[in-house]
This record gives sequence, C-alpha cells and structure tokens, in this order.
Amino acid sequence: MAMYNEKVMDLFMNPHNVGEIENADAVGTYGSPVCGDMMQITLKVENGVIADAKFKTFGCGSAIASSSMATEMIIGKTLEEALKVTNKDVLDALGGLPGPKIHCSVLSEQAIKAAIYDYAQKNGLELEGLKGYDPNADEDDHHGDLGDEE
Amino acid sequence: MRKVYLDYSATTPVKQEVLDEMIPYFTEKFGNPSSLYEIGAEAKETIMKAREQVAQLIGAKPQEVVFTSCGSESDNWALTSAAHWKRAQGNHIITTKIEHHAVLHTCQALEKEGFSVTYLNVKPDGRIDLQELADAITEKTILISIMMVNNEMGAIQPVKEAAAIAKKHGVLFHTDAVQAAGNVPIDVEELGVDMLSLSAHKIYGPKGIGAMYIRRGVALPPLIHGGAQEMKKRAGTENVPYIAGFGKAAEIARRQLAEHAERLTELRDYFISQVQKNIPYVDVNGGMEHRHPGNANLAFNFIEGESLLLMLDYYGISVSTGSACSSKSLEPSHVLAALGVPVEKIHGSLRFTIGDFTTKEDLDYTVECLVKIVEKLRALSPISAEKGWN
Repeated sequence: MAMYNEKVMDLFMNPHNVGEIENADAVGTYGSPVCGDMMQITLKVENGVIADAKFKTFGCGSAIASSSMATEMIIGKTLEEALKVTNKDVLDALGGLPGPKIHCSVLSEQAIKAAIYDYAQKNGLELEGLKGYDPNADEDDHHGDLGDEE
Repeated sequence: MRKVYLDYSATTPVKQEVLDEMIPYFTEKFGNPSSLYEIGAEAKETIMKAREQVAQLIGAKPQEVVFTSCGSESDNWALTSAAHWKRAQGNHIITTKIEHHAVLHTCQALEKEGFSVTYLNVKPDGRIDLQELADAITEKTILISIMMVNNEMGAIQPVKEAAAIAKKHGVLFHTDAVQAAGNVPIDVEELGVDMLSLSAHKIYGPKGIGAMYIRRGVALPPLIHGGAQEMKKRAGTENVPYIAGFGKAAEIARRQLAEHAERLTELRDYFISQVQKNIPYVDVNGGMEHRHPGNANLAFNFIEGESLLLMLDYYGISVSTGSACSSKSLEPSHVLAALGVPVEKIHGSLRFTIGDFTTKEDLDYTVECLVKIVEKLRALSPISAEKGWN
C-alpha cells in the first residue's frame, strides 16, 4: 500500500521484539482499545541497562511499526538514555509516517515511559527523565475531521 | 498474486457492455445534444433512451429523471433546494444518524443557515423506529430524508412506511437510494417518495454521473443554474457518454436484479458462516433480515481494523473498515456507533461487500487469509478473550 513507506510496511508485516518477557522487571501500558491503540511493553533491566524489551500492540500499521522500532531503539540503552528516545526519533528511524498517523508514534514513547516509571517505583529510583511525568495523564486529543470520499 | 475485490459498495468496475455503449460518444458521436444538426439530435436521442432506462429501474416516468454529476450532487440538490424552497413554511428537517456524509454534511451546512435538524436513532439492526419518526414531526417540518440502504452495514430502511408518514403530514420526502439501486427492488410509485438519489458507479456504470428522481408536480428549484438542459432542472452540457453508460448499466441492473440479489445473498451468507466457523470472536454488525444482499460488516474482536485491512491488501484483498485509523478523519464509523456497537469493536470492524464478479473461490481465499492474519494480529495484541478488553 502506497500509504506507508517500505520500512514501515516491513516492520508492520514482520515486527521485531513481539511478546511478553516472563518475570519482567517492568511493565508499562499506554492507550486503550477505545482510543483505537494500546501498547504494552515489558522490560528486562540489568545494571541499569535495558537488556531486553518486548511489546504487544493493538493498533494500526503505524502503531505496530512504531512499537517494533521503539523497542529496538531502547535495547542496550541505560534507563536515562531510553527516556530520551522521543516519538520524533522513532518517526525519523521509520523514515516518516503520513500526517494523520504521526500521533501513533507517541504511543511507544509513552509506553516506554510507563514501563520505566514502573521500574523506578519498584526499585525506589529517582530518574532525571521522569521528572514531571504523570502516569495518569490523559491521552492528547489528536482528532481532526477531513471527511470521507466514498 | 490473486486479486480479490470485496468493496463493491465503494465502487464497481464498469461492465464491458456498458463501456462499449459509452465509447462512440467520445469520438464520432461527440455532438452537443442542444445542437440542431444530426450529431446533436443523435446525442439528444441517446439521452432520452438512457433516461428511459434509468426510469425503468425505479418505476418512474422518464420525465421524472434528471441526470446529475453524482449521487452526492443529487443529495445536496434535494436537501438544499427543498429546504430553501419550503423555508416560508418552516425550518425543520428530519434525517437519520446513519446517512451518508453527502446528506449529513449538507444538513450541517443548513443548520448553519438557521435550519433545525433532527437526527433519528437506529435500532441495533440499523433500522429506524417509525414511531420516533412520527413523533419528531412538528408544524415546522418541511423535509424528511432517509436513506434506502445503508452503505456501511447494509440496513434496508422501511422507506415506504416512512414516506407514508411524511405524506400524511404534507412533508416532502427524499431518499438516498445510491446503495439500493440494482440490489433491492425500487418502485417510486409504490414507495411514495418525492425525490430519490442515484449513482451509476455503484451499479457497474462510470463514476461522475448520477441522477435524481423528482416526482411530477414537485417543483424543486435547480441547484445548478445556466442553460435549459435536463428540462431546465439541471444546467450544464450533458455528459453524453456517461449518461449512455448509466442507461446501459441501469438496464442490465433491472434485468438481472432478482438473480443478482439471490446470488449475492448466497455468497454473503456462505462467507459469514465460513468466517465464523474458522475464526472465534467475530460478530456481525447489524441485523441479517433487512440487509443489502452483498454486505457483510464484521467485528474482529481484540484487533484493529486498519492493520487487518493492510494485511489483507498485502494478500491482494480489498476491503474497507469502520476503524478510525484508516479513515482520514481518525473518527470511528458514525454508522456503527449509532447502532450501539462499542467503540473498541468498531475499531476492529471490516466491511466486505460482494458483487457480480465475486466467486466462491475468492471468498474461500479471503477466509484462508483472514484465518492467518487474525491469528497473527491477535498474537500481537495485548488484549484477548482471556484478559478481557482492559
């Protein structure tokens, strides 16, 4: 489909890091099926470094491709480094998404934050990148009406 | 790779006989129907013939059929001109929550001009409640517009009964029959409607040509002003090749209606039963009794519709979805929402529409692919029957 570039289509059809880590050190979820997308991410953390990350996503092609890319980008990074990965970084790594789909990459950024927050809570850590983070903040309203064409 | 088109409610391919009918009017028979010399007169005759063919499809008289550029123009014309025409008598319009946007957005535009619009609810089967319609009528009601067949989930409305209620109160009645034509029998006399919209590209004719039935005696003012074409009701040089194609498509649709509807119903019911037999947690949106013969709108629980659509496309299968993420608006289907389908299920709903070129093998291939795709996407989803929707 011409809607997505090859990189996005490839990650959508063959996503990496799919699943759930058993006895994960941290779990984060973001979104809900009512909103149309939801991501769950589980982490394995060793010495402050993300040793493994796996995801499960309910969502469109962009949401799944972004989830795959984001997990790839945080594996091997320290928690502080992982918190610096923004949706813009994910977008760039994907080679861009169509305009109305850009919000889909926010999903993975927020799910990663939620998982690291979970890890910090469990382990009594204070992380610079979590300052001001509110785990119960509402999702942005990103809707705009462009009409249909049938 | 195998190509399977299951989106006949979006548009249909032009049938060869229809195309053959159109071709000469682009080149050797290119005359303007308003010209008095031979090729002009010939074009005029072609339009008359097509007008009769379209009229026959809906049980109308030829002079009650006016060609337009598309179904949306017909809807815009019916609503806008009727509202302005009857404004002295009132400012209230009644329609439904599940109309096509050509009607809904026209109503919204009229609301900005000071008209007041009641949007009727629908029951879970997608049909209106006639009592709610009767109760909604006030002294100020000037127009009722209720679609005959819904484009997303195929509900067939009780148009005859609704038009009778309108008539009793002296209110103009319009129906958008774009999805109905060729799929369910239409007889305007029996239905008792005042105006009815049609489109050629849903009945194996070309895009860019539509029509409106206007009952004789209903002096609907024109929307497009200019020349005296189309009995002074719709200006603009007639699109002769497309009109000829529309006429031919209407003739075929009328001839094959019963056989077409029976074949589609059989294939559609087979498809739904195969999907539900092979894939768990699939719901049918809407009722089965009063339904477009080729429409299957299915909710695949725990997964999202755009990803389903993309993977089906990868296998060469074309369908559409009520999912927010596949529409440019990012809003989930207003039709499925009005039916009371929960939003999370709307996100996972797909519309399959079967048509004349669909075969049983196409449907078997689609089911085979769906089994693989749904399994793959459910494995990817954090939601499942065991975990529940949260």
